[in-house]
Amino acid sequence: MSLEKTKNPWVTLLGATLFIAMSVNLYLIFQFAPTERSMGHVQRIFYFHVPSAWVAFLAFGVVFVASILYLWKRDRKYNMVANSAAEIGVMFATLVLVTGPIWARPVWNTWWEWTPRLTLFLILWFIYIAYLMLRQFVDNEERSARFCAVFGIFGFVDVPIVYMSIRLWRDIHPSPVIAGGESSGMHPDIRVTFFFSLFVFTLLFIFMLIQRLRLEKSVVAVSDLKKEAALAA
Amino acid sequence: MSKIAAILWKDLLSEFRSKEMVISMMVFSLMVAVIFNFSFPPGSEFIKDAASGILWMTFIFASLLGMGRSFVYEVDKGCMQGLMLAPVDRIVIYVAKLLLNLIFILIVESITLPLFSIFFKLDIWTDLGAIALVIFVSSLGFAVIGTLFSAIAVNTKTREVMLPILHFPISIPVIICAVQATSAIFQGEAWSVIWGWTRLIIMFDVVFFIVAFWTFEFIIEE
Amino acid sequence: MNNGQNSAIQVEGIQKSFGSQYALRKIGFKLEQGEFLTIFGPNGAGKTTLIRILSTLTKASAGDFTISGISPQKEPEKIRRQIGVIGHQTFLYEDLTAAENLRFYGRLYDVENLAAKIEQILEDVGLGLRENDRVRTFSRGMQQRLSIARAMLHEPQLLLLDEPYTGLDQHASEMLSGWLKDLRLKNRTTLMVTHDIERGIDLADRVAILVKGKLVYNEQRKNIDLKNFRQTYYDYVEKGGAN
Repeated sequence: MSLEKTKNPWVTLLGATLFIAMSVNLYLIFQFAPTERSMGHVQRIFYFHVPSAWVAFLAFGVVFVASILYLWKRDRKYNMVANSAAEIGVMFATLVLVTGPIWARPVWNTWWEWTPRLTLFLILWFIYIAYLMLRQFVDNEERSARFCAVFGIFGFVDVPIVYMSIRLWRDIHPSPVIAGGESSGMHPDIRVTFFFSLFVFTLLFIFMLIQRLRLEKSVVAVSDLKKEAALAA
Repeated sequence: MSKIAAILWKDLLSEFRSKEMVISMMVFSLMVAVIFNFSFPPGSEFIKDAASGILWMTFIFASLLGMGRSFVYEVDKGCMQGLMLAPVDRIVIYVAKLLLNLIFILIVESITLPLFSIFFKLDIWTDLGAIALVIFVSSLGFAVIGTLFSAIAVNTKTREVMLPILHFPISIPVIICAVQATSAIFQGEAWSVIWGWTRLIIMFDVVFFIVAFWTFEFIIEE
Repeated sequence: MNNGQNSAIQVEGIQKSFGSQYALRKIGFKLEQGEFLTIFGPNGAGKTTLIRILSTLTKASAGDFTISGISPQKEPEKIRRQIGVIGHQTFLYEDLTAAENLRFYGRLYDVENLAAKIEQILEDVGLGLRENDRVRTFSRGMQQRLSIARAMLHEPQLLLLDEPYTGLDQHASEMLSGWLKDLRLKNRTTLMVTHDIERGIDLADRVAILVKGKLVYNEQRKNIDLKNFRQTYYDYVEKGGAN
């Protein structure tokens, strides 16, 4: 595998677009969007919290698809995609778990509440941390790719079952009434800001995935060169 | 079928000779049950509510201990290659190991359960059928993913640690449902409540058996 | 079985790569029914990888092979039934007795008349008296003999041997050589990889050399200058290292 060119004009363009979009997004969130009546300014974290959750899901979905493709085609590029997406997914899941309590503290008066969604993200976080650990603990590259592909499939298939079981569990131990939940009628400006933020986060994910993938390619190329050098010696 | 039986027979005979697994699982699970007991003040009523949770923690730890060993001999002594060289579908190896793990787990559970009921003063006999059903489907769920993950874990650097790290997050639905179903049984709740939980466990078993069936050959190929 | 048209082994352009490195490069050879081929090669030449591919344990990255005309993709189980493998490891279970080990493998291969065959083969490898002893109590040489019995139990058409002499004492080695000669008389095909030149050349009808994943030499025994073969081998290993 040859080392990629370090600059690709499209990626640079995407980066520039992203920079502008993120600035606009910040303006929308902190200036344009109205302050929510019952929760106040803290509600603005919603524009980070929910899109992060969406991107984490998207990333884990990419891991799932790339895992299936890897087992099917045995092309190491799918393994690289799965690895990159898993890392990004864990990062966004961590953001969900950090922003959730910050939001919950003033609104529900508690740092942590075992709501179905927050619990689901905690479990998702554990699943993909396990995924990244598995990658660390297998020496052989090809074998690690196979194991991770299988675990990536298990992890994603587990999501709906985990969610169903947590829902059933919460039905018995009801959570405090969630004031002004995301689903209640949204103000049009809130809606615009939310969907724009969703769009920006998705763009951010794509950009990060491309960059992470380029890094991964370099890492693999270097390790290949090292192995070749070791063989030649 | 006869090849599944051949592999199962071979493993059961080895175990019968060495008695390594079942005895260590047994001792371990009893110790866990006793140690959990000390986390409550003596004579506490609270223990009744927590009993089904403790019971399942005991079962899960003992199961993981046992399943973690299921491929160790095969891999360390190279016998896995012997199996792979034989004209045997790879899935036969999975099913044989799954049954083996399930048998070990059920043996340990059926000895632990009565002792547990004595230690924690719980009535297990009135609804024994329901308890047995919940224990069976949950143990099957543990074994379905545990057998596959132990085939992964045995090839990693940190064998003993890797299995629980892979197993726990995936098996959380079974853990939640098994604890709740058993708790419902202990509190004499209606069958419909118990069945609501059991149904979800069965769904887990079926879904992951299918996924494992399809992916096992990717794990053991070299 | 029709072996008139099909070679025992036919290998075409087999490659095996791990990442960007090649363990095997474009391996091609042909082996007729009843022939004995020895492949020599230094450590890391890809000998074991080749055996693993031919015994269906590992898939090749590219290329194809057939065994008695059977393709491993289409009928892997049929191929496995025809192969016996003796490798570094014995594939035996220490807590089972000699007879139980053979019974287990016999059942996996659907061997008919199993009990009688086990008795016979244990006699043949000189373990008749130890049939009900656990393998744990066996010496390395005895385990290797039992491993030979395990590989022969289903009467394979093709034997694949990976350094079979490792760990054997003088007596057991001679016994193994005797066995292999017997099998050649029975028109069975054998492929052995080793770096033990004397023993390898003693049995071979055909000799090949594998260096750095490439088959650099493949000759009929009758065309080989046997006395100077060791020198020839070293030359090829040196040259193989150069390119």
